[in-house]
Amino acid sequence: MRHSFLDQYSDRDSLIHRLDPRTKLVSTFLFITAVALTPPDGWVSYALYSAILAIWLMLSRVPLGYVLKRSLVVLPFVVLIAIFIPFFREGEIAGSYNLWLWQVSVTHSGIIILRNILIRAWLSVLSLILLTSTTKLPDLLRGLEQLHMPRVMVMVLSFMYRYIFVLVDEVMRMKQARDSRNFGGRRWWQIRTVGNMIGTLFIRAYERGERVYAAMMARGFDGQSRTLKRLEFKPADAYFGLSLGTLVIWGNLINLI
Amino acid sequence: MDDAIRIEKLSFSYPDGHQALAGVSLVIGRGESVGIAGPNGAGKSTLLLHLNGILRSDDGAVKVLGQPVDDKNLRWIRSKVGLVFQDPDDQLFSPTVFDDVAFGPINMGYTASEVKEAVARALDWVGMKGCEERSCHHLSFGEKKRVSLATVLAMDPEILVLDEPTSNLDPAGKWALISLLKKLAVTKIVATHDLEMMQALCQRIVLLDQGQVVAEGPAEKILADKDLLAAHGLLSAEPV
Repeated sequence: MRHSFLDQYSDRDSLIHRLDPRTKLVSTFLFITAVALTPPDGWVSYALYSAILAIWLMLSRVPLGYVLKRSLVVLPFVVLIAIFIPFFREGEIAGSYNLWLWQVSVTHSGIIILRNILIRAWLSVLSLILLTSTTKLPDLLRGLEQLHMPRVMVMVLSFMYRYIFVLVDEVMRMKQARDSRNFGGRRWWQIRTVGNMIGTLFIRAYERGERVYAAMMARGFDGQSRTLKRLEFKPADAYFGLSLGTLVIWGNLINLI
Repeated sequence: MDDAIRIEKLSFSYPDGHQALAGVSLVIGRGESVGIAGPNGAGKSTLLLHLNGILRSDDGAVKVLGQPVDDKNLRWIRSKVGLVFQDPDDQLFSPTVFDDVAFGPINMGYTASEVKEAVARALDWVGMKGCEERSCHHLSFGEKKRVSLATVLAMDPEILVLDEPTSNLDPAGKWALISLLKKLAVTKIVATHDLEMMQALCQRIVLLDQGQVVAEGPAEKILADKDLLAAHGLLSAEPV
């Protein structure tokens, strides 16, 4: 079965796609750091960051609709965490509400923080989506490794990328097998079936892990992980990295002047 | 020393108490093609896992190319014995085809240029040239099987051990794989219950059932003995 929803659009070709994954990783990290350090009233900075993202997007030729839709998947989690801040922040009261037995009040400073968190999270998420939709996952992993991320973590990510689809396929086959023998039944019975399926899936994944480890040992794996370095910086990497770095740092310092 | 593999009275039980091998003795000469036949659960896969020391038993002895399988020799033995697992999704664990085929050679300590050369040669052998950057999970089943073979061939093994190489392959894919294997001039040990493949590929057949060697002989002789095959689950016991 063919799945590509993890790094969709990453096999296209553009100026951004051709950049070294390390350039993109470091740039994205820099961008997110700058966004996180922007003061709450840094509207100019936010405008500049959005402009950078827009240029990045245009250069990479990834559809705008896709990036926005993707960002909507992540935002609810941020909202869920941040939504309570206006209620707990002390300060000038913006409004009070009676909720059955309790009285809750919202403060001005709380609202500003909430707004700020949402903007920051959204900009960061957008940049990460741009990163993953312009870089193939194997390249991204190679980049992380050469940036000296611990090998164990890179391996865990690479196994996840390799086996998540195998597991998804397994779940789909299990569901099909269940549905073709399922004649309704009580709800409680159905929930029990799902529980059994999760248990079976866990055992199968565990056993697959054992077999994969045996396959690794058969080819000389001894706990030491070795890889080839196959990445190369090109002039374009320097141009992109420098211009983005300058813009981002300037955008952050502008608030101090 | 002209033995590729020498196994003496090997017994093995899994931690749950299930005895998979009960006193197996077997000698395989260099350059031979041997089929290990037997019904499901006969102990074929367990036996294969002993050939490069993934499973080791205190009860019995395994010698590879004249050397005992022990901690000291393990690395050397694994470079000499190429084991291809039954499920290519177990065999191929890297994100891309290149990474996977390069895994063995890198672990063997090849230099970067040697690794690239070994990968290119192995992929060319199995007819998957130019697929280096493809994702392993986007390959078709037949392609996965061929890349699995390449991952082992890249290490230049002297003994090739294959666990059910033709299972789940369509007939065209199966015969393509068999003719590929026939071209390889190494010692081959194939665990299977595919009689057609054994006829085409193997000189000698060892019949395994319930962890014991029940028959051994030239392929034509074993394959002609219909009663023997039927008694051990390789042919239908009753006329269909």
